[in-house]
Amino acid sequence: MKKKILEQKNGGQKSPFAVSLKSICKSFGPVRANDEICLNVSSGTIHGIIGENGAGKSTLMSILYGFYQPDSGDIQVDGKAAIFKQPSDAIRLGIGMVHQHFMLVPNFTALENIILGSEGKMGLKNGLQNAKLKLEELKSTYGLEVDLDNVTEDLPVGIQQRIEILKALYRGARVLILDEPTGVLTPQETDQLFEILLALKSEGVTILLITHKLHEIMAITDEVSVMRQGKMVANTLTKKTSPEWLAEQMVGRSVLVNTKYESGKVGSVALSADGIGVTDKRGFDSLKNATFDLRSGEILGIAGIAGNGQSELLSVLSGITPPSRGNFRINDKIFDSKNHCSPGLMRELGLSHVPEDRHAEGLVLPFQAFESVILGYEKNPSFGTGFFTKPEQIQAHCARLQDSFDVRPQNPTLISSQFSGGNQQKLVLSREISSAPKILLVGQPTRGVDIGAIEFIHKTLIKMRDSGCAILLVSVELEEILSLSDRILVMNSGEIMGIVSKANTTKAMLGKMMAGIPLEKAIEEKN
Amino acid sequence: MQASRLPRYVDICVIPILNLLTALFVAGIIIAIIGENPFTALSVMLKGAFVYKGGLGYTLFYTTNFIFTGLAVAVAFHAMLFNIGGEGQAAMGGLGIGLVALSLGGILPVLVVIALAILGSALFGAIWGFIPGYLQAKRGSHIVITTIMFNFIASAIMVWLLAGMLMAPNQMSPETISFQNGVMLWQFHDILNRLGFDIGRSPLNLSFVLALICCFLVWLLIWRTHLGYRIRATGFSPKASTYAGYKPETIIIITMAISGALAGMMAVNEILGVQHRVILNFTSGYGFTGIAVALMGRNHPLGIIFASLLFGALFQGGAELDFEFQTITRDMVVMIQGLIILFSGALAYMFNPMLEKLFLNEERLKEPNND
Amino acid sequence: MTDFWFQFLLALDSTLRVATPLIFCAMAGIFSERSGIIDISLEGKMLMAAFVAAATAYATGSPWIGAIAAIIVSILASLIHGFACIIHRGNQVISGLAINILASGLTVIIGIALFRQGGQTPTLPRTSRFNSLELPFVDFMEQNVPIFGIIYKELLSDHNILVWAALASVGVTFYILFKTTFGLRLRAVGEKPEAIDSAGISVTRMRFQAIIIAGILCGLAGVYLSTATGAGFVKEMTAGKGYIALAAMIFGKWKPVPALFACLLFGFLEAVAARVQGVEIMLIGEISSDLLIALPYLLTVILLAGFIGGVTPPRAIGQPYIKER
Repeated sequence: MKKKILEQKNGGQKSPFAVSLKSICKSFGPVRANDEICLNVSSGTIHGIIGENGAGKSTLMSILYGFYQPDSGDIQVDGKAAIFKQPSDAIRLGIGMVHQHFMLVPNFTALENIILGSEGKMGLKNGLQNAKLKLEELKSTYGLEVDLDNVTEDLPVGIQQRIEILKALYRGARVLILDEPTGVLTPQETDQLFEILLALKSEGVTILLITHKLHEIMAITDEVSVMRQGKMVANTLTKKTSPEWLAEQMVGRSVLVNTKYESGKVGSVALSADGIGVTDKRGFDSLKNATFDLRSGEILGIAGIAGNGQSELLSVLSGITPPSRGNFRINDKIFDSKNHCSPGLMRELGLSHVPEDRHAEGLVLPFQAFESVILGYEKNPSFGTGFFTKPEQIQAHCARLQDSFDVRPQNPTLISSQFSGGNQQKLVLSREISSAPKILLVGQPTRGVDIGAIEFIHKTLIKMRDSGCAILLVSVELEEILSLSDRILVMNSGEIMGIVSKANTTKAMLGKMMAGIPLEKAIEEKN
Repeated sequence: MQASRLPRYVDICVIPILNLLTALFVAGIIIAIIGENPFTALSVMLKGAFVYKGGLGYTLFYTTNFIFTGLAVAVAFHAMLFNIGGEGQAAMGGLGIGLVALSLGGILPVLVVIALAILGSALFGAIWGFIPGYLQAKRGSHIVITTIMFNFIASAIMVWLLAGMLMAPNQMSPETISFQNGVMLWQFHDILNRLGFDIGRSPLNLSFVLALICCFLVWLLIWRTHLGYRIRATGFSPKASTYAGYKPETIIIITMAISGALAGMMAVNEILGVQHRVILNFTSGYGFTGIAVALMGRNHPLGIIFASLLFGALFQGGAELDFEFQTITRDMVVMIQGLIILFSGALAYMFNPMLEKLFLNEERLKEPNND
Repeated sequence: MTDFWFQFLLALDSTLRVATPLIFCAMAGIFSERSGIIDISLEGKMLMAAFVAAATAYATGSPWIGAIAAIIVSILASLIHGFACIIHRGNQVISGLAINILASGLTVIIGIALFRQGGQTPTLPRTSRFNSLELPFVDFMEQNVPIFGIIYKELLSDHNILVWAALASVGVTFYILFKTTFGLRLRAVGEKPEAIDSAGISVTRMRFQAIIIAGILCGLAGVYLSTATGAGFVKEMTAGKGYIALAAMIFGKWKPVPALFACLLFGFLEAVAARVQGVEIMLIGEISSDLLIALPYLLTVILLAGFIGGVTPPRAIGQPYIKER
């Protein structure tokens, strides 16, 4: 490449690369999170970094931000070697980061959060006043509308993200790293974010956008790098590539995620929800008037951006929280706000639940596998007698499940946290399926799961459906919903936007509904 | 909870022993600094605890106290609850015994009164654990703070009652009248005397057997019952517990009540076994020692028996120090206890990085081409 | 001037004396806990400081050198706490408990080794102590200024310098916490340490600074006990004051000024308890001073249970900071 040669010849001249990483390695215990990573980011561009969960993107960015120190390798900023011992070193060289989980103190005002760490003098008052002036300027330059005196925890996520961006700019960031910034945003907020990013780019700010969403890469980046299992596998200009090619690079072979499965043989209604609503502790209606039927032999996919009422729906149907309004019916039993429902009772009625968060809910991480694999089922008579449990019998049960679900390593006494994501998910799935449920609630079945396990899990779900099980599938991965579901229910702000059969819908239409446009309107707009 | 990658035996044996030795080493240095010979002190303590006539009896008597309070802390730990309220719960347990023995003694047969008194200690202790448990579960109060406060409240109640309503007439010190004759647990030296053995007088009594039975029951509860499974699941992951339908609030309350009951039963040893009347401050810090015992014993009944034995020996041997040395008193034991809590509790993982290097390197050598 | 009014003034006067160590410790607790470190070792630090202050003052004849030595030792205890729970991520409650127990053993052992008086230090002469300061014009004020004159004499005058220092520490704590950059960072580290870390500030360093300040304040509390109100060290002389201070801090919702009032309230209860034994009060009957002593603890339990408004402790409290992967 010409540019590279130029750079080497004229060491004194400004480098075309805002940031260069050379042969970065980083291990966490036995896990190689980053393996010989090289990356050049051209100044003034938006550079995308894409990869599956666990590919090492966040680790790499944390290294660039000085949060972690690499085991080996070099970092250059504007062509000059840099050593980052802590984030302040990176900040000094103009690198700013917007973390996936915001680094904001909840009960501080936006202003306090922004100046935290670069307040200026000992006394606070002057620092706050000076900062305000500077921030007003930044706000108008980049269209970052934020009320600086509001307490952060009361603000919507989109605004909190702007506070994070302002925080970085306030410290003079010329390189801005955004780690999965759209995961928590609505489509509208995402659009607004992208406008801000373009404004930043036009002012000469270099942007590193980390994501696992292909369409975002295609929509906004100039260049893209692909990471897979801790290695950098591709670097290219965005316009020279296609989503399909990127996807193949991400997983290392042609992608099967988009496999379309045949529709199932739909039977009678297994579960029917009638006007379910949930009001949370703060008095916020997180689920509104959910009415639908779930039939045996079908997969009903619940599509929507995370945090739009899907979790609450799962929580109600699995018996964890009673509905505040409305009711739902399984067989002849009706459950509402007064009528006692509990996870135990639901299990007795043949309803199983693969929870969204397998680390916090699905498994007890410090438990040995055989203990985790009876969570919620410990009273099953085949696991003991009376009040007592029989570990030998449970271990044998666990070994059988591990064998039939190909869980590796096949060791019932291994601590649950020491299995990989995919194997953990298989453990949970095996537990919930081993009770031969008539209804199966599944939340985010393939989040953070490797591609081999994804296929296995998808096939298992289809097999369950074909054997007549009624499956409710909640996933934020639209591809997954489209691939597995017979019918698709879209949620936004706790409301059902519509239910469509897979055959009669397109990704575009689902996207509109996810953004809050009800089905009827979405159809009108289309015509 | 730090996940350890060390072999199990290192976790269970090597680390606790290493921590204990560190604590004793520091104690030794302090003894040396104040001008005494740490090894002489150690040998005096060992002789006092095991060799002298009756010494072993005293050691096991203290051991009994520590088994009860240690189990109490351990059971709560399994639900990730930190019960610092052993002192208060034990004091209330003593009150329970006193109320049963004083009100029913002479009315019901002696054996029935004894049985009811033991239940009374468990019940009163359970109540004193139940309330903080309830406040934690339903009102979100921090259990550590609440149990600390409840220790002080219990102590005030005891002073109030023993210096007031329950105070024995014509008595200067705050204590109740003695229980009716026979309302007591037999002491081992009495039993063995009747069988023709002379082991020297000591307060060791049948409570020791009760303590061992409790160890077995706690083991059964935690590792072999549905409730124990639920307690452990809730402790490790309240969310998983909710998901499974166990209601963490209920589990917290039940666990704290069990924990309180165990701490309360410590009073059986002191009150029913030795004093035969309720006195003030009979708990003398044993509730706090229970924390050290549970930490050293890794919350396992077997470990707790060993740790209790260690502390029993320390307490008995420590008493011997009073006679042998001018400058070392049983306060030395308090200090050692503090060091043990520091090194096997707060600094429990201090040696982990070092040991991991040692053991994991070894393992890597065993399986070549690991990369 | 009725007798009741005079008695009340005297009770307030002794309230101030009783509350002084509580105020120091409560402020210490605020610094530590606002940075995210639970500190139940206020008691132990105060006890160690009390011993060292008395021993050093006895040896050197100077209460000031005693105070400095006490503060150093109290800081050392803080550093042990920090070593265990900041560096080694140990359990903060266990570490605090260890320090408390260690303190009650160690002070006696060293006391016996040094002085052979059963764990006490010898009685300190007046010159080795912090003595009461009589304010100027006391008699003039009493005779010429109505009401305030008597307050001036009975309540404000005749306190030693540490009483005033304790009151001043509240203002200083408030200023540092809410008006300085350091305070902003300190509060942030107790609420969301990740925010501090990502802003390029060391969480470890912030927390160590906080607990060192806590050490200094606990040290002053100990100095007050053994070389200002007392005339030497007595075994277990803190007698649970550290825990009452902890309760007061919680009662004051981790804020300096409300914590001051909680300390004064608890001090007042103790001062009153000493006076009411056997006194009959209408409708209630005889007040038991034994139960009155438990009132601070009971009030704290009730407050914590959320029966008197809500309390939110610092969010990151008790959790060791581990960088997330």
